[in-house]
Amino acid sequence: MRPFVYERATSADEALRLHEDGARYLGGGTNLVDLMRLGVEEPARLVDVSRLPNGEIELRPDGSLLIGAAVTNSDLAADRTVRESHPMLAQAVLAGASGQIRNLATVGGNLLQRTRCSYFQDADKPCNKRVPGTGCPAREGEHHNLAILGHSEACVATHPSDMAVALAALDATVHVRGRGGERTVPLRDLHRLPGDDPRRDTVLDSGDLITAVEVPPLDIPSRYRKVRERASFAFALVSIAAALDVEGGTVRDVRIALGGVAHRPWRALRAEEALRGAPAIGEEFQRAAEAELAAAEPLRDNAYKVPLARNLIVRTLTELGERS
Amino acid sequence: MDSEATPVHAEIALVVNGTEHRLRVDTRASLLDTLREDLGLTGSKKGCDHGQCGACTVLLDGRRANACLALAVAHDGAEVVTVEGLARDGRLSPLQEAFIEHDGFQCGYCTPGQLCSATAVLDEADRGWPSAVTEDLTADPVLDDDEIRERMSGNLCRCGAYTGIVKAVREAARETETDGARA
Repeated sequence: MRPFVYERATSADEALRLHEDGARYLGGGTNLVDLMRLGVEEPARLVDVSRLPNGEIELRPDGSLLIGAAVTNSDLAADRTVRESHPMLAQAVLAGASGQIRNLATVGGNLLQRTRCSYFQDADKPCNKRVPGTGCPAREGEHHNLAILGHSEACVATHPSDMAVALAALDATVHVRGRGGERTVPLRDLHRLPGDDPRRDTVLDSGDLITAVEVPPLDIPSRYRKVRERASFAFALVSIAAALDVEGGTVRDVRIALGGVAHRPWRALRAEEALRGAPAIGEEFQRAAEAELAAAEPLRDNAYKVPLARNLIVRTLTELGERS
Repeated sequence: MDSEATPVHAEIALVVNGTEHRLRVDTRASLLDTLREDLGLTGSKKGCDHGQCGACTVLLDGRRANACLALAVAHDGAEVVTVEGLARDGRLSPLQEAFIEHDGFQCGYCTPGQLCSATAVLDEADRGWPSAVTEDLTADPVLDDDEIRERMSGNLCRCGAYTGIVKAVREAARETETDGARA
């Protein structure tokens, strides 16, 4: 590992001041420290933001949540308010990683963990995300667990966060402090598709600091489900965050986001559009899922993800329809 | 890679198993290497060194964590409990006793991490934390076998002693419920 200077910030202002070219913010370190050990990330300076005074979860009078970026994944999932008000979010967080990792990992760090694949994590292999122009061996190589939607010639990696999938479905916004002051970014727009510049996972600029995540109220049945290759502690092959409101047999509101299928959490807007005002029945759920997945471009070994995603959408909406 | 870069050091304090230590660490040092190499506490094991196997699990400020992913410098001032600190006054904890009773190990390499992790599992359940297999997120969790397997999924055992591990954690959970005592 390359030597680095370590600085601990006690305020967002100080964090921004301490950040310079070649620096990285440090949350729990569960992804960053690992990538540093692998020689994938080589920051000259770490600015520790895990002890900033933004480790609280606030339930606001309108039912929305303001979650500080330094809140650990464990504290988010264990929070009684979150469990009651936004169960899909607690379920998504609990579906991710292990108990040990959730205790270290922060909300801000979870969002900014790298979109990745096994080639990205092997510094001896070519990878456009790591070294632009070197190629993408995953396209012809090991890609059974990689993207089916929105990928490019340059990159087929997936964003592994479960929490971000739920937040995408919930229309969360991210509070960011940067050189130009404070701004908010819709979570749906935080992560990028790879295009011809897969180096960047998000739209944030160097030095931008996530300070909080704001989650609008949720008063309809919701659910997070995850399909993976073992029962626990594995990334999603496909996951879904869904919420459904049915009145008189008709879909009044629906949110669907998929994980494990793209370079970013995939909000299924086409499926949602197809469902609003439609009868809440299996055939319609299936039609909507197929409308969304018509854009899928599976690779040689991951075509199974298309029916898997379709079935997951249909099953989850059917279950939510029964509860609605 | 900048191989010319000079190592950077920092002064930190750690309370490990109740004893305070002042240390000068390389900023790159993991908590795991610091415990093992600087403090001679070799109970915590290095398995994968990537947070995937759980052999390095310790209690960090009362919560289980992968010591391999934690930079020592980032945990200045922390209280750490390793497997060496689980016994009290020379007596094994009820969980440790249960691991012996139910043969919760074979080669033993993963055992320190299993013990620290399971100690925290009991505490987390006690605090009402749900898991990915908890059906009702708002109910108090009951540590049945499915819950134990899910909650212990961050600890791998290559010998496959899982059956004994689950039994041991289940028994310790029962004792905790009965006695109201922390395992």
